[in-house]
Amino acid sequence: MSNPQYMRVRHDMPPGHVRTPSYLRGKVGWIERTLGPFANPEELAYGRNGPALPLMRMRFTMSEVWGPDADPPDDTIDAEIYSHWLEPVEPPHAT
Amino acid sequence: MPHDHHDHLSPSGHPYRPDDDHPLTYWQQMEIAVRELLIEKGVTTAQEINAQIDAMDARTPSNGAAVVARAWTDPVFRSDLLTDASAATRAMGFDIGPMKLIALENTPDTHNIVVCTLCSCYPRNLLGLPPDWYKSRAYRSRTVKEPRKVLAEFGVTLPPATTVRVHDSTADMRYVVIPTRPAGTEGWRADELSKLVTRDSMIGTGLAKTPGAL
Repeated sequence: MSNPQYMRVRHDMPPGHVRTPSYLRGKVGWIERTLGPFANPEELAYGRNGPALPLMRMRFTMSEVWGPDADPPDDTIDAEIYSHWLEPVEPPHAT
Repeated sequence: MPHDHHDHLSPSGHPYRPDDDHPLTYWQQMEIAVRELLIEKGVTTAQEINAQIDAMDARTPSNGAAVVARAWTDPVFRSDLLTDASAATRAMGFDIGPMKLIALENTPDTHNIVVCTLCSCYPRNLLGLPPDWYKSRAYRSRTVKEPRKVLAEFGVTLPPATTVRVHDSTADMRYVVIPTRPAGTEGWRADELSKLVTRDSMIGTGLAKTPGAL
């Protein structure tokens, strides 16, 4: 994999209809692929049609999500996260 | 006086299932109310709703098995499927409606497993309705945290060198796993191979059957 683009999922807990699983909020992953643009379900759920947003397939390691004791740490979780939930971060240092 | 476990069974040998006599829940009432309003206002008809239910009931995992078996035997189709699984399955003749599908290929190094932690998203427009356990809180919460333990309970123990990739269907896409083609099937036709492809192998909680298991 060449130069993966790392992003952090916003660590927010807004009310209402949200498709960002709380177990991934605040976690750093990299973009596996870009999808969309798709209408934002946080708008659609309330009868509004906001602008379509890119949807990112983010990949996280088990150790990033569940801590260093995750077994095994290099297994991964992929999830679709809307772009407004993502903020750029520096790539983590290799350990 | 009969007092053993047999008195919990019907004469046919199955457990008694209690009658479904409870009142409607809030969301059941809501579904009925919305459905009746849509019909009253002419947005849809009872016939159209029943036709959609029939169409969904007609979808079975055998649709997915045919897709997998073709991917195993047709390199161009396999490539198309991995590029755009919606387009490839439509081109094969399946009516998947508006579903946006991604195919995930298992390899000797990688095993994929699909879950929906938020609800129960499932590629039902290809495979039909999901199994009940797929919608259970236990499967949804444990698969993202301890996928290898969940897999072991399904009878799948993977070597440590195999990477497990969990796919949480959180938004617009649906996922189908292409299991690894079993050894000993060289020269098999796609229609023979499709008999080895189980529903669970396309969710990732199982492997394709081996020729000896048929």
